[in-house]
Amino acid sequence: MEIKLKLNGRAVTASVEADTVLLDFLREKGCLSVKRGCDTSNCGLCTVLMDGKPILSCSTLAVRADSHEVQTLEGLQEEASDFVGFIADQGADQCGFCNPGFVMNTIALLRENPDPTDDEIRAFLAGNLCRCSGYDGQLRGIRSYLDSRKA
Amino acid sequence: MITIQNYVRAQSLEEAWQLNQNKRNRILGGMLWLRLGSGAVGTAIDLCDLGLDAIEETDEQFSIGAMVTLRDLELHAGLNTYTHHAVADAVKDIVGVQFRNMATVGGSIWGRFGFSDVLTVFLALDTYVQLYQGGIVPLREFIEMKKDRDLLVRLIVKKSPCRITYTSMRNQRTDFPVLACAVSCIGNEYRASIGARPSQATLTCTDNPGSPAEFAAFVAEHTPTGGNLRGSAAYRTHLIRVLTERCMTELGGM
Repeated sequence: MEIKLKLNGRAVTASVEADTVLLDFLREKGCLSVKRGCDTSNCGLCTVLMDGKPILSCSTLAVRADSHEVQTLEGLQEEASDFVGFIADQGADQCGFCNPGFVMNTIALLRENPDPTDDEIRAFLAGNLCRCSGYDGQLRGIRSYLDSRKA
Repeated sequence: MITIQNYVRAQSLEEAWQLNQNKRNRILGGMLWLRLGSGAVGTAIDLCDLGLDAIEETDEQFSIGAMVTLRDLELHAGLNTYTHHAVADAVKDIVGVQFRNMATVGGSIWGRFGFSDVLTVFLALDTYVQLYQGGIVPLREFIEMKKDRDLLVRLIVKKSPCRITYTSMRNQRTDFPVLACAVSCIGNEYRASIGARPSQATLTCTDNPGSPAEFAAFVAEHTPTGGNLRGSAAYRTHLIRVLTERCMTELGGM
């Protein structure tokens, strides 16, 4: 099936099978920040933005992205660069495998709620799992980024 | 994993219904069982072009399209004002924001899943299901109906004078609930909807609830429970008493 979408600002036309998942399609297109984690809609590692909303690409058919806009971390480097250093400074990314999902969902959080409380950060990022850090590092990093903007 | 041969974006409910009469075909919801499910689907039928992704509010009711996401429910100001935030409370711990941006009301209700927070909260409201062939059916009747090849078009929530509160017990915040509980008062009728028993939610109603503790005991007595890896039947029955009494007290019970 032929699909047409906007991927990281570029128009893309491609032929896909009916059951190709968006994750595999995006990786084929070179978006290697999109990783396969649990593969069962639970860990948040494969998060991408579709029409600005965070979704799980492991459980989205590529054909459903037809006529939509998809953004991955490759297309959002500048927006991410504002805060990822703060997360790294807190030692939050130990193995780093979960980072792309966390960063994508943090972008979605800050677009929706530019000044979240700690509880709002925890609630928004509850769908991103990290097996190393216990989540405090990510929270501290985002908090210090937000505090730096107020300084 | 589920495999799919063909994909069709239906351009009308009739087209979707016709395609769905073939048992090899299947309606797509949020697709969140795509990897955990199994089997071969002939044609996946997508309703995403049918304008069923909106919540319409009038003076009398909310009309919630089948493709409305759980995140839409969570953020809808009118629905959450009417339900005193019970709908948002019911969905807020379902996995994560990304998951809730995908999971649809239609998929949740049609599946009649035992673990469903969504079914539990809507069962406590004055809710109806609009089926393409079957017409408008009260939700409490719909959950007793045998699954067929009809289409769930939308959910209708009547704005009856209502107070409602929702809570659940989870072993871990974003896990399935061990027990889900919604208590409402619609007119003079007190309703307790108990989900994740672990079977599908059931409704217990009375006009004379007594004290919160008496109502909780009444609900526990009339709600069958079972055991699974999240909790035993006895534990769930205990939880029904605790959560129902808590909800009833919050509701300002008799």
